[in-house]
Amino acid sequence: MAGVTLMIDGVEVEAPAGESIMQAARRAGINVPGLCQLDGVSVVGACRLCMVEVAGTPRPRPACATTVADAMDVHTDTKELREHRRVLLQMLFAEGQHICAVCVANGACELQTLAAEVGVDHVHFTPPAARLSMDLSHERFGYDPSRCVLCTRCVRACAEVEGAYTWGVAGRGREAHLVADLGQPWGEATSCTSCGKCVSVCPVGALFEKGTSVGERRVERALVSSLTARRQRESAREVLK
Amino acid sequence: MTNAVDLFDLTQKEREAQAAYRTTVLCCGSTACLSGGAQATQDAIASALEERGVQQDVRMVATGCMGLCSRGPLVKIRTRGGEDVLYADVDEAAGRTIAEDHVVGGEVVADKQLSLTHPFFARQERVVLENMGEIDPNRIEEYIARGGYTALRDAITTMTPAGVVEVVQRSGLRGRGGGGYPAGTKWGLLAKAVSDQKTVIANGDEGDPGAYMDRTIMEDDPHRVLEGLALAAYATGAKQGYIYVRAEYPVAVRRLEQAIRQAKRHKLLGKNLFNSEFEFNVEIRIGAGAFVCGEETALMASIMGQRGTPVLRPPYPTERGLWGHPSMINNVETLANVPTIMRRGADWFAGIGTRTSRGTKVFALAGKLRNTGLIEVPMGITLREIVEEIGGGVPDGKAFKAAQTGGPSGGCIPVEHADTSMDYDSLLALGSIMGSGGLIVMDDDVAMPEVARYFMRFCMDESCGKCLPCRAGTFEMHQLLDAICEGRATAATLARLEILCDVVRTDSLCGLGQTAPNPVLSTLHYFRDEYEARVVPPKVAAEATVAATSERSA
Amino acid sequence: MSKPRLATVWLAGCSGCHMSFLDLDEWLLELAQAVELVYSPIADVKDFPENVDVTLVEGAVANADNLELLHQVRERSKFVVSFGDCAVHGNVSAMRNPLGDPGELVAEAYRDAVTQLHGQLPDPERGVVPALLPRVLAAHEVVHIDAFMPGCPPSAERIRTAVEAILSGDSPELAPELRRFG
Repeated sequence: MAGVTLMIDGVEVEAPAGESIMQAARRAGINVPGLCQLDGVSVVGACRLCMVEVAGTPRPRPACATTVADAMDVHTDTKELREHRRVLLQMLFAEGQHICAVCVANGACELQTLAAEVGVDHVHFTPPAARLSMDLSHERFGYDPSRCVLCTRCVRACAEVEGAYTWGVAGRGREAHLVADLGQPWGEATSCTSCGKCVSVCPVGALFEKGTSVGERRVERALVSSLTARRQRESAREVLK
Repeated sequence: MTNAVDLFDLTQKEREAQAAYRTTVLCCGSTACLSGGAQATQDAIASALEERGVQQDVRMVATGCMGLCSRGPLVKIRTRGGEDVLYADVDEAAGRTIAEDHVVGGEVVADKQLSLTHPFFARQERVVLENMGEIDPNRIEEYIARGGYTALRDAITTMTPAGVVEVVQRSGLRGRGGGGYPAGTKWGLLAKAVSDQKTVIANGDEGDPGAYMDRTIMEDDPHRVLEGLALAAYATGAKQGYIYVRAEYPVAVRRLEQAIRQAKRHKLLGKNLFNSEFEFNVEIRIGAGAFVCGEETALMASIMGQRGTPVLRPPYPTERGLWGHPSMINNVETLANVPTIMRRGADWFAGIGTRTSRGTKVFALAGKLRNTGLIEVPMGITLREIVEEIGGGVPDGKAFKAAQTGGPSGGCIPVEHADTSMDYDSLLALGSIMGSGGLIVMDDDVAMPEVARYFMRFCMDESCGKCLPCRAGTFEMHQLLDAICEGRATAATLARLEILCDVVRTDSLCGLGQTAPNPVLSTLHYFRDEYEARVVPPKVAAEATVAATSERSA
Repeated sequence: MSKPRLATVWLAGCSGCHMSFLDLDEWLLELAQAVELVYSPIADVKDFPENVDVTLVEGAVANADNLELLHQVRERSKFVVSFGDCAVHGNVSAMRNPLGDPGELVAEAYRDAVTQLHGQLPDPERGVVPALLPRVLAAHEVVHIDAFMPGCPPSAERIRTAVEAILSGDSPELAPELRRFG
């Protein structure tokens, strides 16, 4: 495939055509923050943490969903982008109940890591007053909506990799939340195969394995990505045959 | 009917039938007047005429919106050879009097009469609304009698699709949904796309608070929308059309469904239109009440039966739209302009309005004015002319303070800028937008931070929740505006509000979020003193915060 | 030149941050040389003194006493640090917020719980147990905070880095690995 050459933060980067700015940056060792992006599932561009400046475009664009082009001049870490990321992350913290000290994902949480990286050391917004109830109806897994960041990785992994289409999003605005099947308790969702892919891709502690306590979550987010990569390799081999 | 000759026959027949009546009583039967008792008025007139035994000589028509909704129910009496007489505030008793004195007796009822030279009417220029108050929207014959479907006939029988695109392009018509993208360019993009499954979509998901331009067009002149959509389909090579209407507009849905049935019966939709190869069908899709479905990618998701949330662009709908095929979405008002443009020519249309904003714009004029209702004005008219002449000025000795255009995505224009021309670019330069046509006039009693809070509440409730900046940002901005309005804000609150405006505007995924901060930004720009007057010292704010939380949890 | 006056206060928290502070072991001796500790849960001082240079605030603001003390801290200190996650964002102390009315929580804890054999509600007249605020607040929701030191608890290393920076007048901003919540 034809390649392109672009500049990312002043570094010349070669990338195959069709690759996203985020992929190209990562290969060049430049980490663009992101939460909804996950290798192996489709791109939604919803968390807006990976916004980068592209010279010649009026507003920043999501690095995960913007294709590289020849001679593109990308900046991933300007003062303004950093400021915006700090505000965005603070809003994420304020949206739910993110209490690392009592969370199963403590130490393995992407939100926690992002906050430290981006420099969120306190939150200026008001957390919600209402208490959201957990769904513990599934035999092996649990769902705590107050920790969910609505990245929809689980929705995509379930649909695109497992093919079960158990997870969806219902409600709008701040009321948006995950639902299993048509809003049943997870344990009664007949489409769920209990494969655990959703749990494995959750960047925070919203989906968790029962029986794991504070800080006991295992990091296995590459599982879905490697599955997809293997399938792609195999189907390419099939085509060659 | 299979060919153009039949259409002409139908026109003649209807015109002759109408001309046979000595008197025509046109009663406004649009939603606003109906809610003001128009049905009772109409019944009173009908029964009075019946009592006098003259009902056969009088044609009674329940028409679409006559515009001056604040003075409804409206009734217009047309006598053969005479001038039209318009009556306002016609209740049952007045209806009876008008029927007896005017229709039967020939005496104008002076105390209910409203002069048609009244500036509210005289300053308007009707293109899209040309049939309002003239035709019964339930009858295709009346639309056809006023030249309806001749534009489609002539396009199909005498023009190439590219020729139609060229006329629309040359007319300078821009999207009336808010963005103002040149319609001809959009049509050209879809025309160029290679696919045998293109679709054209009419966007009738009007959602701005107080706006009812599209609803009125769909309810009161549904065939105009169909004809505009069919012209778009012919020009771009689409076979299928959809009209996306919000569920809150049941009358519009009913009228459009009826219009589609009538058009099919008269072979104005379906296969081999006007004996050509051109085939076009239209279906209605009903929204589920989400403002965001006015955004074109969310609208398409909704048509496809998915959750109505926007997706990233590019690819644009004209590249990959409904079910992956090239599609084009035009606002109802944009499409409603097209039949007239085709009939009267691009040059005629381009002669109305300003250099960059051609034609007219329909506004739902609301707020603190003597005359409110639905108006259509040439672009380039000033805000002051709309407020003072058409609107009759601000009543009760109050002063005109500001006007909001573009609803929750727009901004306010303060009285100092009242002489600005109402066109896309001038409004943008003032920090507002043309929007879909909501125009809310405020007097000096109105507190601007509260206006901003109202619109932010709207955006917060309507955010789909997909992208973080809009989902959380509109909520947080609303919290801060609450604090400002309730005296819990410090100078730091204002600074934080401005940062949030920037984040939400810059980082949101779709237009809803990107424009949600506009009411805040424009009121901060023009009325910063009102915000600053509400700021309190940090200690007072902290005490108020503690008190406010106790109220909330109590 | 006189030594900087350092204070530490303990609001609604578990005292874990102070425990972590004590984990600094022998460095505490150096610190004692460098500063004058004028108020702390580990020192027997009844009233928060005037003219404090730096105060570390552990804990969230959960009751009337916390509120009063924090205002005093702010008025009498030049530099106030939110010390640990409870002060920074409420943390475990704020977990009662979504549960609503604190009156019900007090009744549950003091009177109705199965473990309460002769439970009775604290008498507000006697003032032994201060009244709970309707909602637990982070310190910066009440007063201006100059620097934030997240962590539950912040590690000894983190505390030392931050305190050294503040005392030497450097930027109190911590490196990414030292500013993680939790």
